[in-house]
Amino acid sequence: MTTLTDPPKASFRLSMLIYDTRYRSMTIQIVALIGFLILIGWLISNTAQNLADLGKQPSFGFLFEPAGYDINQRLLDYNSQHTHLRAAFIGLLNTLLVAVLGCITATILGVIIGVLRLSKNWLISKLMTVYVETFRNVPVLLWIVFIMAIMIETMPAPRAFRGEDPAATMKVFDSVALTNRGVYIPEPLFSNSLGNVHLFGASSFRFDVSLDLVAFLVVLFAGLYASFKIKQRADRMQESTGVRPTTWYLRLGVVLIPVAILFAVLGFHLGYPALKGFNFKGGIYMRNSLIALWLALSLYTAAFIAEIVRAGILAISHGQTEAASALGLRPNRTMNLVVLPQALRVIIPPLISNYLNLTKNSSLAIAVGYMDLTGTLMGITLNQTGRELETVLLGMGIYLAISLTISFVMNWYNKRVKLVER
Amino acid sequence: MSDISYVRTEMLAEQDPPATSVGAIGWMRANLFSGAFNSILTIVSLGLIYVVLSKILPWAFSPTWDATSLRECREIIAAAGGGGEHGGACWGVIRDRWVQLLFGFYPSELYWRPILAFVLLGVALAPVLFADHVPAKMMRFSMLYPFVMPWLLWGGSIWVPVGALLGFVIGYAVYSVVTNTMSGLLGIITGVIAAVVWWMFLTGGFSSILSGIAPLELDFVDSRSFGGMMLSLTIGVVAIGFSLPIGIVLALGRQSDLLIVKALCVGFIEFIRGVPLITLLFVASTLLNIFMPPGTNFDIIMRVIIMATLFASAYMAEVIRGGLAALPTGQYEGADSLGLNYWQAQRLVIMPQALKISIPGIVSTFIGLFKDTTLVSVIGLLDPLGLSNAIRADAAWNGIVWELYGFIALMFFVFCFGMSRYSMYLERKLQTGHK
Repeated sequence: MTTLTDPPKASFRLSMLIYDTRYRSMTIQIVALIGFLILIGWLISNTAQNLADLGKQPSFGFLFEPAGYDINQRLLDYNSQHTHLRAAFIGLLNTLLVAVLGCITATILGVIIGVLRLSKNWLISKLMTVYVETFRNVPVLLWIVFIMAIMIETMPAPRAFRGEDPAATMKVFDSVALTNRGVYIPEPLFSNSLGNVHLFGASSFRFDVSLDLVAFLVVLFAGLYASFKIKQRADRMQESTGVRPTTWYLRLGVVLIPVAILFAVLGFHLGYPALKGFNFKGGIYMRNSLIALWLALSLYTAAFIAEIVRAGILAISHGQTEAASALGLRPNRTMNLVVLPQALRVIIPPLISNYLNLTKNSSLAIAVGYMDLTGTLMGITLNQTGRELETVLLGMGIYLAISLTISFVMNWYNKRVKLVER
Repeated sequence: MSDISYVRTEMLAEQDPPATSVGAIGWMRANLFSGAFNSILTIVSLGLIYVVLSKILPWAFSPTWDATSLRECREIIAAAGGGGEHGGACWGVIRDRWVQLLFGFYPSELYWRPILAFVLLGVALAPVLFADHVPAKMMRFSMLYPFVMPWLLWGGSIWVPVGALLGFVIGYAVYSVVTNTMSGLLGIITGVIAAVVWWMFLTGGFSSILSGIAPLELDFVDSRSFGGMMLSLTIGVVAIGFSLPIGIVLALGRQSDLLIVKALCVGFIEFIRGVPLITLLFVASTLLNIFMPPGTNFDIIMRVIIMATLFASAYMAEVIRGGLAALPTGQYEGADSLGLNYWQAQRLVIMPQALKISIPGIVSTFIGLFKDTTLVSVIGLLDPLGLSNAIRADAAWNGIVWELYGFIALMFFVFCFGMSRYSMYLERKLQTGHK
């Protein structure tokens, strides 16, 4: 018979804090915490002393003083009489604008280039390799200033569009003007507009939402939802009878016709840019700095996304493609139905980090004078108020919040599409 | 019944494959024109290549190598028959300023020092990067290199880096003596204390006394005269070098079971990775001196290097964490079953393998950081991009754009492309066959 005996119970001694693994982890953690707190305390006391020497009291009151500078590219109404907080908000929206535009274009370009790089066409795949290597191996800041230089040096000045025999003409049926100051594109106008809704009253975050846009989005998403329902019904019929009803005209109509009716009711028309005096008036004006930043970030990130897409596709075993061919699927349907859905699972996690990188790189706007969050809050506001501690910390906090939000949303999406393994 | 069947009794002579499936034509049919869509793609891209090259080549081949100003360039181009404002490249600026783009305002008679420093960097890295072809004894030089490089770049008395090195030697000596006579933990603590005491109180006296006895010193070069590619490389190399040990500690902390340690590491890593580098550079240029005790004044390059190091360590930690995660659990269990404690297991079993797997990731972190060093031009340092603005401020070269950007892009491309090729070679070598 074996007898189980409890290990001898040793009374607690001080040396057990170091030598006993049960207590040691606690000791290490407490020492680490104390060390961290001492470091933070040291930094704070240094900062307080330095600021006291400089005669500055840390306060965020400056945010509510008039900014006194203008922001030339903006999504909301703003003038130099508005507060620094409002300016920072406009800058934040500009950051988000270029980040969203950049992510969309970079994804589209990146997927196309990544797929083309795997093309059997020797010339195309080599061209795409050259593209990827060129953009990946040169700093993005260089691309930004380079494209900015292209915009400034090679595009015609607005005055070149003037006169009987102008040196430059507008492109795309006289609707788009490419000038060295920026690009003018037609704007959507509504003659029976529903007006705007003012949100957040008179605070610095006041915001006008166009009801036309809301109506358009509601109708569009309702149409897309209906179209999705029709597809589901067709899928069900195909599964039960083996015959798939032709639905493309229904699905197209259910989206397009309500939108067309809405546009007709609202009196939709395009407002074209037109040369008035020394500059273009009307239309949507995208400054050259926005264009340069957007293009450079998209082209640069597209090179990385292309590599991710290529790696994702290559990660799908060849047997999958062969099985699809054996089933008689044509190459493009193999790609759409078999390879891409599986590759997506490999692609999404690195794609998230590239979106994050693009958003963070958008802070390089300061090099070309695009007024994003860095340019407003951590640029001119910092220089005008001399509040370096508050502005830089606030700016970092906002960027951190944006990054964490993006990674949270994308990780949630990633969890949804991830293969559930047994 | 007559026999109408026919049986061939001898083999037919081998025939050549059809002319359309071999040679140049066959290759083109297979690779360029294998279908209507591919043919269209090929023709479109040929057209694109023609358009681009027909614009760039005449521009690039312009005989302006000897020009000394932009105006002279334009005269030469006009004389050669090239028309328009953008009729030809003005390569004179590159001939005139390439040394500056490489070294910034570093004193020209001392160029051998950065060159030697970076050549020695190659020597020091060789045992790590090409472990198969280089004797392992070279590692000793690699250990010394972190003390040689700052001395070569910044100059000053040789006794300062020697003093710093002696701190490590003293710390290690105390550690081994105490470990042998008393306990291991006490050894670590006393070793660290001895080294810190040496660095904080005794190094200054040591190096000044020895400088008085044997004044072995190089001319001191101020950080302000650092510039160009040399500045980018210095920031990149120093930051990556320092970030490696910090990254290892952070990665281990992130993997550890200790809740508070883990939270601190995760917080640091996610914070650094969540903010753009440019904001960290703003911290370097405006805030770092506020955080330090009153009266401290680092020079700006030092502050940038500190922030770049913190930035790189967070990314390095993630790379090394990937390496740790890629190790099979059997390695950890094997180390445990041998009775190794945590640090022994890390030092002897885990880290050598995890670091080896992470080398491609470390190289790509370095490429990323190296490219990001161009951001220092935003806070006014003279990296190649900052220098290009300085060169444009010169009346002789006012208005020159493409040649400078092209040259800078080419320099970065050569460095980064070379490193990425090396990293791919390494990945192939490390690939042990099973997937």
